Amino acid sequence: MEATIEVSGLRKRFGPTPALDGMTFTVAPGQITGFVGPNGAGKSTTMRVILGLDAADEGTALIGGLRYRALRNPLSHVGALLDAGALQPSRSARGHLLWLAHSQGLSARRVDEVVEYAGLASAARRKAGGFSLGMRQRLGIAAALLGDPPVLIMDEPFNGMDPEGIVWMRGLLRSLAAEGRAVLVSSHLMSELQDTAQHLVVVGRGKVIADTSVADLIAAASGDRVTLRTTARTQAMTVLAQAGAVVAATGAETLTVSGMDSQSVASLLGRADVPFSEIGAHRASLEEAYMELTRDAVEFKAGGTR
Amino acid sequence: MTTTTATPYRSTQAAARDGFLRLLHGEWTKFRTVRGWVVGMVTAALVTVAVGLLGAAGSSISCSGPHGGKCDHSVPKGPGGQEIRDAMTLVHRPLTGDGSITVRITSLTGRYPEGGRQPADGDPGATMLSGVQPWAKAGVIVKDGTKQGSAYAAVALTGAHGVRMQDDFTHDVAGIPGGVSAASPRWLRLTRAGDTLTGYDSADGTHWHTIGTARLAGLPETVQAGLFTTSPEYVVTSNSLGGSSSNGAPSRATAVFDSVDLHGKAGAAWAADVLGGGGPDAPGAADLGYRQAGGTYTLTGSGDVAPEVPGRGSPAKTVENSLIGVFAGLVVVTVVATMFVTAEYRRGLIRTTLTASPRRGRVLAAKAVVIGAVSFLTGLVAAAAAVLVVGAVERSKGFPTYPTPFATSVRVVVGTAALFAVTAVLALALGTVLRRSAGAVTAVVVAIVLPYILAVAAVLPAGPSRWLTRLTPAAAFAVEQSVHQYAQVAADYTPADGYFPLAPWAGLGVLCAYAAAVVATAAVLLRRRDA
Repeated sequence: MEATIEVSGLRKRFGPTPALDGMTFTVAPGQITGFVGPNGAGKSTTMRVILGLDAADEGTALIGGLRYRALRNPLSHVGALLDAGALQPSRSARGHLLWLAHSQGLSARRVDEVVEYAGLASAARRKAGGFSLGMRQRLGIAAALLGDPPVLIMDEPFNGMDPEGIVWMRGLLRSLAAEGRAVLVSSHLMSELQDTAQHLVVVGRGKVIADTSVADLIAAASGDRVTLRTTARTQAMTVLAQAGAVVAATGAETLTVSGMDSQSVASLLGRADVPFSEIGAHRASLEEAYMELTRDAVEFKAGGTR
Repeated sequence: MTTTTATPYRSTQAAARDGFLRLLHGEWTKFRTVRGWVVGMVTAALVTVAVGLLGAAGSSISCSGPHGGKCDHSVPKGPGGQEIRDAMTLVHRPLTGDGSITVRITSLTGRYPEGGRQPADGDPGATMLSGVQPWAKAGVIVKDGTKQGSAYAAVALTGAHGVRMQDDFTHDVAGIPGGVSAASPRWLRLTRAGDTLTGYDSADGTHWHTIGTARLAGLPETVQAGLFTTSPEYVVTSNSLGGSSSNGAPSRATAVFDSVDLHGKAGAAWAADVLGGGGPDAPGAADLGYRQAGGTYTLTGSGDVAPEVPGRGSPAKTVENSLIGVFAGLVVVTVVATMFVTAEYRRGLIRTTLTASPRRGRVLAAKAVVIGAVSFLTGLVAAAAAVLVVGAVERSKGFPTYPTPFATSVRVVVGTAALFAVTAVLALALGTVLRRSAGAVTAVVVAIVLPYILAVAAVLPAGPSRWLTRLTPAAAFAVEQSVHQYAQVAADYTPADGYFPLAPWAGLGVLCAYAAAVVATAAVLLRRRDA
């Protein structure tokens, strides 16, 4: 089976509200695809449709070319972590993994392997109800990996994790992708995916806003702006503005210049004898790029008017 | 995942073929890994036995025997070992070998106590009214001696059910219908050939009609053949919303026989016996006995020759008395079975389940099989333990017990286990439909336990009780009924007396039908709804 997820033209309404409005994207194997968008953009609904839990009104979601419900031994095709809190509190972590394993014909030995792998060995026999959210996320990861699937779908896996856990999760996701798996990770915080995802599907209001590699997205968001560091901020602003550039102060000693490349800025300031210590192309953060993209897609903004 | 493979990745855990057994294994693991559910099932069994014990502990039997000793609650047993009544006025002669006895009955009259209340001592006729009981009997009989409970066959005219041929207390065949008068007498005949007895009746003594035959295996060469008369207790039951109460006291039947003809090697003289009922010296029994004037014999009798039918009033315990705790066990099983699915909805775990097993109908089936099997086992242990333990306590307290054939006991215990299982499946399915514990548990308890209590605890009168135990899922409690309803014995056959309107398995079938309907609804909704 090809380790891909193909989502095409998904539409779904909950009452009068469209939750999915033509959602279309593909998740390729061997990399982490970030699935980003504000809360309510349709990320979780899309994932539930992919997993055959919710039915879409229109469109298809295929895994390796098959609908989820057509998969046999689904956990060895797709591992999913939707809601880390979806546990019977009085059942031990090991018990939880054990019933899942038995339902797939997997052995108790496999359960011990994933318990070890998720770093839960010491807590495996404790009741899951007493777990912190971070430990529940680890248990969810262990459950997702039980069938050693080539496709992984994770909804907000960083939620509730401590910094150490986040580092562990990032490393884990990277190594899973490096093994050739298709990994789809949703988040409402772009910063969580910085240095993790190679590809991004940005969604808002039930559809895809951007489907791009992280590198391209940042380049696009950075535009042709130039960052300038100078002790003579006022002087520099005057000189550059007179030459037709748009200048914004972004810090006590930094300016962002657009409408002019860095060489022109440097020669202009040199001629006017304005001192500066650093000049270079502006590099937007992933967060900035994301804010720019979703500015129109955020459903509810402070202030109410858009 | 420790092995690095080339793109695309292939699972190293590709398991064996997809199968229902694996799904069962998963659901069973799911059940046993929640200690509360396992404890719940054990509790259900314990509660079933404990409530039964409470019932046994709360009742006591005490009375003093005729000589100040322990009273004797033993009931005579028939040839089949069943408890019987064998009380009548019997006029008999020994008969050796084959032969026959023929009589003509010209009159059958009776008296019964007003309101079913025992007339005051010393004034036996004070409040007796005229009228013959429907199942008063007078006729010819061939009996293995005069000991109560010995084998017999008889052809008798009844108060309101025409001529009947009966043998060994439980068998009853109808002959000529209608009553008797001097103008329209009845001729009755009973012949013996080996151990086969054949009954005949006739309206004119010329044209005879065969009613039936009875084989009394092991009937000795010499038997007693003769005339008998008996009349069952007159019972008045008053029904009200608070239940029902009954009064009963002996009645009398008097029959006039003539044209008595005994063929075969018979003894010379007639002997008279009043069987059962304490004999002619007992209070109010002075009028029992017989008179002979020429060829006319007048017999006055009281009692019954019939199987004993247990009811509310009888002190003896039946096997279902040990199972009065079943309803309580069912409530606990209902809670566990409902939570087996609603807990998943509450936590969102149902999504994990349906992700692991996308074929939803099979998930429901696997859950039903697991909870059904666990509940069956719980019910089996609970019912067997209750029958043994509660029965032992009842016996130790001096209660007489009705003997139950082994096959019937097995049916009662296995049927109770099935009652647990089907109730659990119904609760599971309703939990799937409603997705909430409280509503599902309430609905199942209201559907199964409440009608049972209303009917069996005699909260409602007999009529509504019968309808409840016929139409609601509580009909399934019929599977606990060990007592047998006899058409030829007048009694209050109400659910409160232990008699259900439906046959045992038919009653369970009603519950199964309800469960099937809810399971089908659950399957449709589970497939159709978003998880």
